[in-house]
Formats: sequence, C-alpha cells, structure tokens
Amino acid sequence: MVVILRDLFRYSAEFRIGAVLVGLVLLLSALAGLSPYSPQSVYVVPPDAPPSLTYWFGTTSRGQDVFWQVSFAIRNTLLFGCTVALVSRLLALVIGLVSGYKGGWIDRALMSLNDTVIVIPLLPILVLFFFVMRDRMSWLMLALLMGGFGWAYDARLIRSVVMTLRTREFTQTCLFSGMRTQEILLQEHLPYVMPVLVSTTLNNMVWSIGLEVTLSVLGFTDINTPTIGGMIYWANQHAAMVAGIWWWIAFPTIAIIMTFTGLYLIGVAANQYIDPRSQLRGVGGTP
Amino acid sequence: MNGYLAYVGRRLGQFLLVVFIGINVAYVITHASPIDPVEQSISAVTSYGNTAPAAIDEMRTSLRELYGLSGTAFEQYVLFWNRIMRADFGPSMSAFPTPVATLVGRALPWTLGLLTVSIVVAWGLGNLLGGLAGYYQNNRGLKLMGVIAMAVHPMPYYVLALLLLILFGFVWPVLPINGGSAMNLPPTLTVEFIVSVLQHAILPALSLILIGIGSWFLGMRSLVSNIVNEDYVIYAELAGVRPWRVLSSYVMRNALVPQMTGLAMSLGGIFNGAVITEKVFGYPGLGSLLVDAVYAGDYGLVLGVTTISIIGVSIGVLAIDLLYPLLDPRVKVS
Repeated sequence: MVVILRDLFRYSAEFRIGAVLVGLVLLLSALAGLSPYSPQSVYVVPPDAPPSLTYWFGTTSRGQDVFWQVSFAIRNTLLFGCTVALVSRLLALVIGLVSGYKGGWIDRALMSLNDTVIVIPLLPILVLFFFVMRDRMSWLMLALLMGGFGWAYDARLIRSVVMTLRTREFTQTCLFSGMRTQEILLQEHLPYVMPVLVSTTLNNMVWSIGLEVTLSVLGFTDINTPTIGGMIYWANQHAAMVAGIWWWIAFPTIAIIMTFTGLYLIGVAANQYIDPRSQLRGVGGTP
Repeated sequence: MNGYLAYVGRRLGQFLLVVFIGINVAYVITHASPIDPVEQSISAVTSYGNTAPAAIDEMRTSLRELYGLSGTAFEQYVLFWNRIMRADFGPSMSAFPTPVATLVGRALPWTLGLLTVSIVVAWGLGNLLGGLAGYYQNNRGLKLMGVIAMAVHPMPYYVLALLLLILFGFVWPVLPINGGSAMNLPPTLTVEFIVSVLQHAILPALSLILIGIGSWFLGMRSLVSNIVNEDYVIYAELAGVRPWRVLSSYVMRNALVPQMTGLAMSLGGIFNGAVITEKVFGYPGLGSLLVDAVYAGDYGLVLGVTTISIIGVSIGVLAIDLLYPLLDPRVKVS
C-alpha cells in the first residue's frame, strides 16, 4: 500500500496535486477541534471585519470567525461525503457481486432496478423529502437517503468485473472444491473488485458533496449544522455579496473547490493506476 | 425489424418501471413522513392572525380532501395515482386559485428549451473536441483543453453558476443575470422579445454547458485514444483513407455509441443541475418553481413539479433510447 502511494506520488502529476489539495483540506478540518468558539454560537467576534492578522478569513455579519466556521463546515461536509460513500458502497458491492455472479433473472431484475435508480432525478425527490420533514431533517437522514440512491452506477461497474471473473478457471475450481457462494464472492472476487471500489468511492464523494452543497445553499437541509453550503446560505441571507462582505462567500467556495478538484484528481490517478494501458502512455510507451 | 420491435418493447417496459418506482418513492415520502402537511399548512395560515375554530375545521377537511389524505391507505394510494394520471394536483396554495398544472405548464417550455440547447451544445462540442484530442494526442491546444476540462468538470453546478454570476453581474456587467426575458416586453413573437430571451438564456446555458462539456470531452478522449490503436483503424490509415474520414467514420462513429448511453444515464443528473442553475439566475423554469414552492409551503406545487420532473426525465431517456439504434445498428438485428 505504502509502495503504491509512493509510486503514485512520484509518477502521477494528478495524484500529487490531488493529494496536496486533499491534504490541505484535511488539515483545515482537523483544526476544527482547536476552535476557541462553538460553531453554533453567534456574535462572539466583531461582525463584518475584513481578513486581517487577528481574523485570518475575516468575520461574518453574524459575528462568527470565518476561518473557524470554514474549518467546522469542511469537517461536516467531508463526514457527510464519507457516510454517503460508506452506505452506497455496501449497497453497490452486494448488488454488483450478486448480480454479476448469479446472472439470469436475478441479474435482470437487479439491473432493471439499477437503471431506474440511475435515471430518476434525485434533486426534486430530496427537495420533496425536505418539504415533508422540515425541522426534523438531520444530516444523517439525508446521508442515508442519498446513499440509498448513490450506488447504481458503481454496482454496474462491479457487476461487469464479476461477470468476467465468473468465467475464469479459478471460479470453477472454487465451485468444485465446495466453497459456498458468499465465500467465493468475498474471498476470491472481492480483491479484484477493490480497485474499482476505491476509485468509485472518490467519485461518489464528489457527487454526494456536490448535491449536499446544492441543497444546503437553498436552505433545504438542517441549516444549524455548519456545512459549506450552509455558510453560503447564511451569507446569501445577509446579502453578503451586495454588502461587499466577499470573504464570507469566497473562503468557503475556495475550500469546496479545493475539495472537489483534489478528490477528483486522486480518482483520476487511481483510475489510471488500475488501467495499465494508460499507465504505459504516461511513461511514453505505446500500448 | 423484429429485433427493433423487441428492443422498443424492452425500453418501454423500463420507462414504465422508472415512472412507477419514481412515483411510488414520492408517495412513500409524502405519506410516511411524521409531519402532517395539512396541519403544517394550517399552522402557516393561522400564524398570521386569529381564525375562528369552525373555519379551521372546515379548512382542515377541504385540505385533507385536496391532498388525498382521507380514506384508508389503499384508497389514498389509488387516489394518488388517479390524480397523477389526470395531471391534476389541485389549485396552487401560493398562487391561489391557479391550478398547479397551469403553473407547471407555463414553466415547462423554459426548462425544456434551456436543457435541450445546453445538452445538444455540450454533448456535440464535447464529443467533437474530445475526439480530436484523442486522435491528435500531441496537440498543445487540445492538451490544455483537457487540463481545463479536468479542473471545471468536478465543480458543483451551484459554484460555477455563482462564479459566472459574480463575473458577469458585478465585475463585467454585460449580460442580464436575472429572469427569462426583459420585464417590459410582452411575450409575443417579436424580434425584440426573442433577442431578449436569447440574451437571458446565455448565462444559465453557459454554466450548464461548461460543466457538461468537460465530462463528454474527457470520456470521448479516453475512448478515442483506445480505438485509434485498433487493427481496423491502422489498416484504414495504411490503406490511404483520408485522416479526416478515418477520424469521423472509423474512430468517432464507434466511440459515439457508449457516449449516447452515457447521455441517457446522466440525464437525471443534468436535470438536477438545471434546477439549481435556474434558481441562481432566476430563470422562470421548473427549478425556480420548485424552490419557490418550498419557500411558500405549497405542497401541491412541490409534488406536481417532482412528479412531472420524474416523468419528463424518463421520457427524455426513452427518446434517447429509441434514437440509439440509429447509431448502433446491431440492436436491430439481435
């Protein structure tokens, strides 16, 4: 593992940039533990102060320090992305493995469901969900719901990997030596699926964080838990752009763009690592 | 021909399944929530002043009827489908007494126009440039384009729309940043009105295109860079087929097939993006309608827009699926 990371860092420019960006974001989110203020408390510092040596990122109209707010927000946003990724990975793994290995009508039924989940426009459904839940909406509930919709594309990828594995000789050997289906899937096939799982996890996080930002910018989530989208929501509520308090919007936006670009670039590097043909191209050979 | 009919049948079945599951999700969400939408509407109305208890009771009964919350669970379910089949979501609460169907019908053409134009431009241009970038791998300009695509593509729609808004609204105010057309023009087919509509569409369309184009560009580039090493392409090149013809008829033609599938698969996601983009630029389409309906607490309108979105996106996917045999003739035979 360490060797793979070292090689990636040495040979892949995408991975280098991505790792630095994600590293900075992780550092910022880790700092949240050191914050002198609680993220919920308001009017703890003078409002509307521009960035200075005392308040690095300035302060908001609600009397909060933007630096510590961004730090809390990015931590919650990353945590949200990880939760959605975890839930949807479990679903994608189970459905992809079973569908690819079993084939037949199970495969057809699961893939019909899969295509359906891919097509349904999620944002209106999430908005409807917020509309009926209102104040009882919590980020965990949102994460579970999005996890329940975020597995489809990746389940299809995992299925295609398992379908090629099923026809390989070692699967037959396992079968004839009396291994049970779940043993074959978990012990023999899962290792082949792992690389796909890693790169799809990163893409899934980009997707879920993007949707969460969108929803909370509109105020359609639990607006009292600071997230990046929530910060922009409050800034819009106080007309920060018109009032010239640009730092209230600029710093969360920069933080989220860093997160996205970083995660995406690491995903690209992971994909290249999995596909040896593009690796060859990287060092100048012709595949 | 028989194969084509079987294909159409399968796609139609999938379409019906999508609509069925989508509407059921909407039903479950609205009916299984711990919060009663009727009580919520009533508390919203009564919070502004004192209302006679008898009037509240009357309102409660009529709202229950309107939301289809009376009767057993099965009756409610049948009623729910009945309403959707007739596209009848009752009158809108925030624009009383205009029916929800009228409001949705008014907003639909805006969203449809914006989405169609931006998808066609993004998909066409992205594929063309991506194909060129995959074929001419050493071209500096196309390489640079790849780097830019990689930077823009993962951005959320909201952030890019906000950046465009700041750029063209505050820094360099040349384009209108709000609305679907100029306020003072009547919506008739005059040159002035059409120009105004086009002007207002530039920024929302641009933000959708900028995000979309990157993913098509990157997808096409990696597809093409694999295809150019196929034997039949090398054979065609050695046989002296003109480079442009090799690129268009031998390489890109084959790479377009998975890109078409990709378009059908990402239609829902593109629609999500349009919702938020419309809100940012105050564009009078379904997205703005949905968001404003939530702020106004208009249950019928939210439900109406959600179901119409599900059905609309499914129809779009079905249309792409039915066009698919034009690109991939194999489905006609098998």
